[in-house]
Amino acid sequence: MDLKTKSLQFGKEHGVAVAIALFLLIGIPVLSSISPSFQVNIWGKYLCYAALAVSLNWLWGYTGLLCLCQSLFFALGGYMIGMHLMLLIGKLGAYKSDLPDFMVFLGYKELPSFWQPFYSFLFSGGMVILLPGLVAFIFGWLAFRSRIKGVYFSILSQALTYAATLLFFKNDIVMGGNNGFTDFRFFLGMDIRAKSTQIILYEASAVFLGLCIFFIWWITRTKFGMIQQAVRDSENRVLFSGYATTAYKLFVFTVSAIMAGIAGAFYVPQVGIINPSEMATSKSLDVVVWVAVGGRGTLYGPVLGAILVNLMKSYTTRYYPDYWLIISGAIFIFVVLFMPNGVVGLPKQLGGMWTKFNKMRSPAEPLTQAS
Amino acid sequence: MKFAKLTKLTAMLVALAAPGLSRAEDTVKVGILHSLSGTMAISETSLRDILIFTFDEINAKGGVLGKKIEPVVADGASDWPLFAEKAEQLLTKDKVAVTFGCWTSVSRKSVLPVFEKNKGLLFYPVQYEGEEMSPNIFYTAEAVNQQATPAVDYLLEEGFKKFYLIGTDYVYPQTTNLVLLEYLLSKGIPIENIGGGFRKDDKGEIISAGKYTPFGHTDFQQIVAEIKEFAAGGNACVINTINGDANVPFFKEIASAGIKSDSCPIVSFSLSEDEFRALPTKDLIGHLGCWTYFMSLDTPANKKFASDFQTWLGSTSYPGIKKENRVTCSPMVLSYNGVYLWKAAVEKAGTFEVEKVMAALESGISFDGPGGKVTSQKNHHLTKNVYIGETLPTGQFQVIKSFDGVVGEPFLKGTFKKK
Repeated sequence: MDLKTKSLQFGKEHGVAVAIALFLLIGIPVLSSISPSFQVNIWGKYLCYAALAVSLNWLWGYTGLLCLCQSLFFALGGYMIGMHLMLLIGKLGAYKSDLPDFMVFLGYKELPSFWQPFYSFLFSGGMVILLPGLVAFIFGWLAFRSRIKGVYFSILSQALTYAATLLFFKNDIVMGGNNGFTDFRFFLGMDIRAKSTQIILYEASAVFLGLCIFFIWWITRTKFGMIQQAVRDSENRVLFSGYATTAYKLFVFTVSAIMAGIAGAFYVPQVGIINPSEMATSKSLDVVVWVAVGGRGTLYGPVLGAILVNLMKSYTTRYYPDYWLIISGAIFIFVVLFMPNGVVGLPKQLGGMWTKFNKMRSPAEPLTQAS
Repeated sequence: MKFAKLTKLTAMLVALAAPGLSRAEDTVKVGILHSLSGTMAISETSLRDILIFTFDEINAKGGVLGKKIEPVVADGASDWPLFAEKAEQLLTKDKVAVTFGCWTSVSRKSVLPVFEKNKGLLFYPVQYEGEEMSPNIFYTAEAVNQQATPAVDYLLEEGFKKFYLIGTDYVYPQTTNLVLLEYLLSKGIPIENIGGGFRKDDKGEIISAGKYTPFGHTDFQQIVAEIKEFAAGGNACVINTINGDANVPFFKEIASAGIKSDSCPIVSFSLSEDEFRALPTKDLIGHLGCWTYFMSLDTPANKKFASDFQTWLGSTSYPGIKKENRVTCSPMVLSYNGVYLWKAAVEKAGTFEVEKVMAALESGISFDGPGGKVTSQKNHHLTKNVYIGETLPTGQFQVIKSFDGVVGEPFLKGTFKKK
């Protein structure tokens, strides 16, 4: 790694990023208030996905842990806030009961005790952080302590999210089963379907995403960040230099899970549904694709990748419904084959190709003259 | 010079846009919201096809209120939040007059708030668990009393006394089986003759009846052994609400355990002719199905419908439509019926306005569809005929019993009293 890039100076790419951030913070809400058909919640969704991609990138791009259960943490965070939102529906559901609809038709007469505290927003918010963090901590502790790494860690993490999907599909655990939670009405006393609420949620997601990016930018410049990246590049050397790499990895894994969980909590009120398919293995793979497309191990790459890929998905599923999978597959293959540093690395890559092309051309000219 | 160029360009643009503008006036936009990719694509693509066919058929006869239907197709991609996003797009950007779509309950639950918020109109065509009646959704789907309870009636009539309930663990099987439990008890079947197990809450009340397996379950050995033991005394049958692919290993295991359709028939609610295209039928021969339409129905209306669809498949140039080995099934016909009911309602109301169209539908509109006459009801469901069929080696059903004019009723739980 080039140590110069680690300095705290304000680079050109940060300027571009600030401009984009200003557009996202101010431009999108303004657009949405001008045009009634502009869906601000779609952009809110993209930003939550971007935060999820940032959290995976910190694990994969900066620490070398390809985690295939990031969407599990995302969904867990979403479920925790979803429970709160379900209780806020009150008697407005199909059965005019205080219980969430799915409990009524499963025959429950009263709220199960573990649902009771979710009437409190603070408790739900706390659980958004606590549950993904705890799951990651326990899983990570078991995995890292046993020195499970590389592809074995990826496979294990994928198995974890698959098991969790099956668990959440079961109606026995009283989490809504396959249908999950939907039809939310209120959030913090506001009508969740109102445009103003959606703009507030959007702004909050944007600020959260900004904080995530800032956190990654800051921590990768600390001593901790240096060691963390050294773990990625050669874990054994770091280990032999006397650092407990397990503790480093466990910390990164847990914090990244919390980041994903909070992103999920912003996501659910904006898309209006959370169900177990949100933690399916394919969703975690999607996140890997976003990070790869944007640029792994770069600060802004995952944000760009998440927004671009999902923007394209939104567009093609409407305008090319029959071909969108082929289009998105082709783009992914192209990026993997020809753009190793993703979209963010493209200017540098093109610059390199240009100098190479010039070098090839200049010695060729005298030759043609000679002939 | 510059100005001349500009005017030329503007003229060209206007010329290009003009046909689009004039077209927009005599067409009405209609949304199609189904999964054309992902796990549900195998089922839902057929519904997209039949809808395009229906629109072409209506357009050839002059359209609706003199306007041609212009389909706006969106892919829900088996991704539930995406369904909500697409629904919002269809309603606010494309401003469709009506949307036909959704297959899974979760996709319907996902778009429901969007249709209610934007005052849209959705036609939902696939058998479902009921317990819902949105002011903005019209359910052409089979309610539980248009599939499960008639099937049980037939089995009781045939002298079966023991019922084993098995399904995939999600809302539709759970709800259907709870309703069936109440229904069977009300018909005097003792609780020990209902197999699959029960789960009770702290107070001992049953909150779940039957055996449940996860989506895509493959290991049915133990469950089938249990069914065999349950059926050993004779007079037993199985009510199957297993969804999709998991039916393959289930019926394989049933066949290899030697459970025969004449001694212990299995009636399935999620397997139609369209599913048989991807399923080995030999293990299902003789077992039962129950729908409000079968492709084998021997009526002039159905014959015409089926042959028109095949002719259209041969001639259509719509991209992505599979032309070989196509069949028709209940969800397809209920989509077809939905379009014609909507057309009739629009013509009765004289406008495309959702509120007035819904009022026309609620007032009761009849359509003679391929599965017989259907009539819209005030509770947003349909009155229609129910058929019970026996699976043939060809993947078709032979109708063995029919119930005419069954009134769709979404809220059934707690309506059957124990004798």
